[in-house]
Amino acid sequence: MNFKDPILEVKNLNASINNNKILRNLNLTINKGEIHAIMGPNGSGKSSFSKIIAGHPAYKVLNGDIYFHGNTILTLEPEERAHLGIFLAFQYPIEIPGVTNEDFLWLAYNSKLKENNKEEIDLLTFLSVIKEKLDIINMSPTFLSRNLNEGFSGGEKKCNEILQMLLLEPELSILDETDSGLDIDALKRISNGINNFMTEDKAIILITHYQRLLDYIKPTYVHVMKEGKIIKTGDFNLVKQLELKGYDWLESN
Amino acid sequence: MSEQKKLNNVAVDAVFDSVSIATTCQHQLQEYGIIFCSISEASQKYPELIKKYLGSVVSSGDNYFAALNSAVFTDGSFCYIPKDIKCPLELSTYFRINDEEIGQFERTLIIAEENSQVNYLEGCTAPQYDKNQLHAAVVELIAFDNANIKYSTVQNWYAGDKQGNGGIYNFVTKRGICIGDESKISWTQVETGAGITWKYPSCILIGNKSQGNFYSVALTNNYQQADTGSKMVHIGEKTRSRIISKGISSGKSKNTYRGFVKINSKAFDARNYSQCDSLLIGNQSNANTFPYISVQNSTTKIEHEASTSKIGEEQIFYLLQRCISLDKAITLIVSGFCRDIFTKLPLEFAVEADNLLSLKIEGSIG
Repeated sequence: MNFKDPILEVKNLNASINNNKILRNLNLTINKGEIHAIMGPNGSGKSSFSKIIAGHPAYKVLNGDIYFHGNTILTLEPEERAHLGIFLAFQYPIEIPGVTNEDFLWLAYNSKLKENNKEEIDLLTFLSVIKEKLDIINMSPTFLSRNLNEGFSGGEKKCNEILQMLLLEPELSILDETDSGLDIDALKRISNGINNFMTEDKAIILITHYQRLLDYIKPTYVHVMKEGKIIKTGDFNLVKQLELKGYDWLESN
Repeated sequence: MSEQKKLNNVAVDAVFDSVSIATTCQHQLQEYGIIFCSISEASQKYPELIKKYLGSVVSSGDNYFAALNSAVFTDGSFCYIPKDIKCPLELSTYFRINDEEIGQFERTLIIAEENSQVNYLEGCTAPQYDKNQLHAAVVELIAFDNANIKYSTVQNWYAGDKQGNGGIYNFVTKRGICIGDESKISWTQVETGAGITWKYPSCILIGNKSQGNFYSVALTNNYQQADTGSKMVHIGEKTRSRIISKGISSGKSKNTYRGFVKINSKAFDARNYSQCDSLLIGNQSNANTFPYISVQNSTTKIEHEASTSKIGEEQIFYLLQRCISLDKAITLIVSGFCRDIFTKLPLEFAVEADNLLSLKIEGSIG
């Protein structure tokens, strides 16, 4: 008997942007407690896939479906999907001039509380909540008073994305190349944070180009995506083979 | 509708406040020799000051609306800060148009003597009517040696309905004269209301090393038109001016910055910095920038920066993905855009201005 409880089910998903077909019959099931790594050459549709799950308005779903706990989410707005517990750590986090990180995080946190019919909290209470999260990944509180992602280095932006994940405690986190731009120390810190955050009730999708992230965060499955679909699924050993032989090797097989 | 109701609350509070300041604090102010009263009272009690200064900055023939105001004005505020006095309170007046078929023509005169300092706040609201009403005010500021006047406005006249019916025509002449050396005048304005606004708070910088500032946020929605900016006329040596203007247009509105920086031939080592940023919401709004510059002295330094941006789909998506609703996302982006200006306002005013912007933007993206 298999008691697996799927959080996310993607069925025969076809999607396009500006009339370019970007996903072709993509299928993927993610259960509670699983970490899925998605690898694949540039332009294979990995980032697009993550944005489509989050509900980016530029993408058009042609057919197929995405289910979250058995219910389709295709008709839901991006913030409704976020409230369900779908989180996307952006590959290129957006800068918002003049808005402090603190104000942004506080608003996001309160929006979530409000949606769950809980009382919103004042700034002082919030600061003690966020302090705890900062400590998990060793981030300095000076980040809070800076403008959201404005003038952040590539690595700082990625840390800030993980901070938001820790704060909003989503059930499904999609981390789009979070490891790119991180130095080795930051990568270790972030990985530790993610490992601590991960529980049996949650699931994570890691989109990455490199084995080094997967050395720290052990994936349950590794998928290789090409031309808008998953062409190979395996375990951690697949990563090692890919590092050695490259993606071309998969095709010749 | 609901917006107007919420704003009425804001205004009622404030009217209450300002009345109490004007009446209950008059004695306290008198201890410092500060005069703060209505123009009509001033013309009876202090006729020599009124005769000398009223109309000395904005003459009755200055422009059409100043002429109209000079001919028919009924009342307004008068403020006199004597030498070496730092006004211990922030002086504030709230203007409100209540009658349906009326034009309002008030006049404000502020005189700051040597080494004095004053912060003056002005708020404007009006209930909604289908007909257009006219507001043609004149504000005159006079700063002597080393005096410092800060004049802040939060303007929320009724802006007309979604189809552009009704709304107040806000044609205001505001001018300050830095007559003394090292004197300083700062205009800060948050313009969110009125059907049509034409307003160019200006500084005439006569005293050497005198300084003029203009900080502005203008938000337009639906069919509103705002044509606003500043005139900085540099006459004295080493005079400095700074203009920072932020325009936000949404709906089918038009938002224009129109500014004039003039450096006279005797104004050696004068400096001006201008920054005009426009933010567009939706794809039917309009933003324009017309900076005029006239320089007659070769030692001048002038800098001008301008930017136009549209609230991006990516910014919105990012905030939505973080559980933040569309309305709140837009408000957050706009209030970030205006931050530099809000920090120039007194604290309570800054909070109010921020709330006002949120109300105004509510539902501006369909």
